[in-house]
Amino acid sequence: MRLTLRIWRQKHAQARGHFATYRMDDVSPDMSFLEMLDVLNEQLTEAGEEPVAFDHDCREGICGMCGVVINGIPHGQHKHRTTTCQLHMRNFRSGETITIEPWRAKAFPVIKDLIVDRSAFDRVIQNGGFITAPTNTIPEANAVLVAKDRSDLAMDAAACIGCGACVAACPNASAMLFTAAKITHLGLLPQGQPERTMRVVGMVRVMDQSGFGGCTNLGECSLACPKEIHLDSIAQMNLDLIKAGFRRG
Amino acid sequence: MTGILSLYRSTIGKKVVMALTGFILTAYVFVHMIGNLKVFAGAEKLNHYAEWLRLDMGYPILASFQGLWITRIVLLVAVGLHVISALQLWAMANAGRAVGYAQKKPSYTVYLGQMMRLGGIAIAFFIGYHLLHLTTGSIHPEFVHGEVYHNVISGFQNTLVSVFYIAALVALGVHILHGTWSMFQTLGLNNRRYDAMWRTVALLVTLAILVGDLSIPVAVLAGWLY
Repeated sequence: MRLTLRIWRQKHAQARGHFATYRMDDVSPDMSFLEMLDVLNEQLTEAGEEPVAFDHDCREGICGMCGVVINGIPHGQHKHRTTTCQLHMRNFRSGETITIEPWRAKAFPVIKDLIVDRSAFDRVIQNGGFITAPTNTIPEANAVLVAKDRSDLAMDAAACIGCGACVAACPNASAMLFTAAKITHLGLLPQGQPERTMRVVGMVRVMDQSGFGGCTNLGECSLACPKEIHLDSIAQMNLDLIKAGFRRG
Repeated sequence: MTGILSLYRSTIGKKVVMALTGFILTAYVFVHMIGNLKVFAGAEKLNHYAEWLRLDMGYPILASFQGLWITRIVLLVAVGLHVISALQLWAMANAGRAVGYAQKKPSYTVYLGQMMRLGGIAIAFFIGYHLLHLTTGSIHPEFVHGEVYHNVISGFQNTLVSVFYIAALVALGVHILHGTWSMFQTLGLNNRRYDAMWRTVALLVTLAILVGDLSIPVAVLAGWLY
């Protein structure tokens, strides 16, 4: 495959970025998108140029580290929901021009090229995305019963890998799908009940403070989500926060 | 109380305000549509109904004009809160993405989002026009106070006015379609089991408002009402 790549290049957080155009003449359709970028970086290194910086880790679609906006779509396509690392070049046509940009959100500042700082997500998690689990002895497995349908819904929400595609896709750069996935995943389980009110109040406050926009119920986030997190979780978060607003203490 | 205030300060709290005021406004538009249909019952019935709205609504609990003014104040407060919250959320959304994408994916939902905001502005202008046209009559050349039937028919006999009303109603329809479903989602009443039901409710409410209200300028233009 022959491809033309338009890639966002930015030396550091404060630098002005620009698009650079690269040509690749021998891309295998079996390559993953990141392997294609690896090959480009080899070409650039051999030519004495700076390679393109991009985030990646497991390359199995489960860690949530990678992610770029490809032709206007986070992780590249809506057909087979997956992360950028699991996107293969057979999804593109030979001769195509591919535009590659970082996630765009004020709360996700660009560090370099295609890498953005997603520590805003970590701060949201730190403000309630956990349960108080007593340490030392392992609890008896059947002491707390969980209904199958509830545990299934909780597991659906728990599938969120925090990649940030929801924020990248949202026209308001809102982080509600991410935050809601965490709130729903813990809030649907008995273990998550003691901190349920504190969790939603804390996580939403930090989410708002981080500079993410609000939700307009359009569903772009869910469409871009490689783990298909449902809009249900946002409704659940809204209800939890409304209830928290009327709680004493 | 502090809980409710901190709820309002959050993005979600502002959305809750939009949902609740949106509910009041949609309910009003729906009842307004049913009232409008009195035009098909003839001049006497419509004028009598309009007089009842002004003088006798809420009788015997309320005196003349009190029901009318309570309605006006509730609507004004609802519109005010709806617009303020919308503008605040719009500003936050704009600030949320300072640098935009070079390559945008054409998306129905993203246009819908823009339509909600720009359509909202259009609806605000339309409400102003509508009040000057059929409430105060300031911009209605043949306006006669209290002669509601005459004012409606002569107003809509102007093709340009009718076309403007029809366009505004379509904008209102799009707004109410997304807004009504959004209300259930924002208030946390939605989930995958009820989603189809709420979408159907939103569609039926929108269609009822559109068909009911559009029938009047269409009937006047077609010559069925005169």
